[in-house]
Amino acid sequence: MGLPNESGDLLSKMDSDASRRLFPLRFYESHLSISTRPDGRPLKSAREAFVGPGDVASADGSAMTKIGSTTMLAAIKMEIMTPSADKPDEGSIAVEFYMPPICSPLVRPGRPAEIAPVISKQLYDTIMSSGMIDLKELSLISGKAAWMVYLDIYCLDADGALFDAALYSAAAAFSFLQIPVVSLSEEGRLTIIPEEGNGNKSDKDVVNKGKRKLTISSLPFSLTCGLHKNYILPDPTSEEETLMETFVTVVLNSSGHLVSLYKPGGPVLAQTSTIQDCIALTRQRMTDLQKSLDEAITEMKVD
Amino acid sequence: MEIDRTDGRSPNQLRPLACSRGILHRSHGSASWSQGDTRVIAAVYGPKAGTKKNENPERACLEVIWKPKTGQSGKEEKEYETILKRTLQSICILTINPNTTTSIIIQVVHDDGSLLPCAVNAACVALVDAGIPLKHLAVSICCCLATCGHVILDPTKLEEEKMKAFAYLVFPNSINSILPEGSSHTKSKQLEDGLVTSVTHGGMSVEDYFHCLDRGRAATARLSDFLRKNLQSQVLGEGSKAG
Repeated sequence: MGLPNESGDLLSKMDSDASRRLFPLRFYESHLSISTRPDGRPLKSAREAFVGPGDVASADGSAMTKIGSTTMLAAIKMEIMTPSADKPDEGSIAVEFYMPPICSPLVRPGRPAEIAPVISKQLYDTIMSSGMIDLKELSLISGKAAWMVYLDIYCLDADGALFDAALYSAAAAFSFLQIPVVSLSEEGRLTIIPEEGNGNKSDKDVVNKGKRKLTISSLPFSLTCGLHKNYILPDPTSEEETLMETFVTVVLNSSGHLVSLYKPGGPVLAQTSTIQDCIALTRQRMTDLQKSLDEAITEMKVD
Repeated sequence: MEIDRTDGRSPNQLRPLACSRGILHRSHGSASWSQGDTRVIAAVYGPKAGTKKNENPERACLEVIWKPKTGQSGKEEKEYETILKRTLQSICILTINPNTTTSIIIQVVHDDGSLLPCAVNAACVALVDAGIPLKHLAVSICCCLATCGHVILDPTKLEEEKMKAFAYLVFPNSINSILPEGSSHTKSKQLEDGLVTSVTHGGMSVEDYFHCLDRGRAATARLSDFLRKNLQSQVLGEGSKAG
């Protein structure tokens, strides 16, 4: 039992940067004991969130979000497809989450990050479970044509809470989405009219005039909390994610329903009270996220 | 009031359970677990020397490989692998064999709903069969929420698709050992109250989720009894063979 005490003595003598690298857990716990986190946050607060339009010209809707320094770029591209035979009046959505080597030192070029397909699947499940998008609305002509929505999310900087930032960017990208104008040709084929050529096309060919926005019923918002001993630490950074091993991700939609409660194992068992606390924290976080998204949407309308 | 289930079960009734251990010759531990028509085979190889990249060599490392019934593994299988890996990490004592890798291979034989819970239970039995040191066992159940707010347990594939929402829950199994008075009592209480893994699909209200948790926890007591009885009887069987 000599070692922990020794390192404790060392810890007080060393400068903070060295102890952070040598004894990360002790360094971290010494911060928790004085109710603060290494980045200066109080224990129960999440990092500041930013959302704005993504400025991807080739996409039909895009958004950029930042949670602390975690950065996500989401873009939506819409294509016309023939709906499947068993669901003739529904469109479909495909979600892909990318983690290029630029985002983190843990991702090496050539071998994709293990977590990326898992987050893609989680995002898809959450978007479908939240009832945010009515797939029937993506139908153009029943049984003949419907929208295929490709949602691609790029992680530019992975500094923890990847799922939260990705879901936020997805919600924002759907809010900013402008559905392209579609015209019906004489042979009965549907084509997308590019933005510039909009004026010289006669109006009666246009199929979806005045239906340029998706109605989004209730947006999902999420918060990941790390559990460490008896602490509940919302919105962990990547440094905290390597130290803690138990995470609970709660997704609520704007009407207060629970969309997902995701806790993949971990050494800390979640008590019912812990889960209740996590849900309460997510409720608080949701109002903040919703507010900054609403501001971004009104700003975009002004432009 | 009552919901009719296609197979005539009551809402709380589980499908018939079956479990056998040591069914594969070459693996260090193996098990087959079935709940009704859903059946999963798990095999454990290891501990083998060395850990994979990006893993902590000071601890034992687990590797989960999920093989679907047909076709290649995709995103869904990758997600199952991650969930199962983190779940099993929480029940294994990782400090005993540092710098080793234990592989757990899950082969889906038939999927008729509650697939992930079935795989968790199978993997757990296979780990016991391989003699991997564990803190406690994990028992898993699927709770399904009908549109009218009723909870049904252990749904079939058809029920999973029809229902509003469902949750895969993993709990630690109840301890049977005699504990000394006082000190460790609070810990065992915590263990009984704890939740290892939760994965949900479909929206539900917060109250409904907690309702699911309660019902799931109550049902896992039965599951864990079955598990314990099964493990004990086979241990006894092996003993008599050796004797």
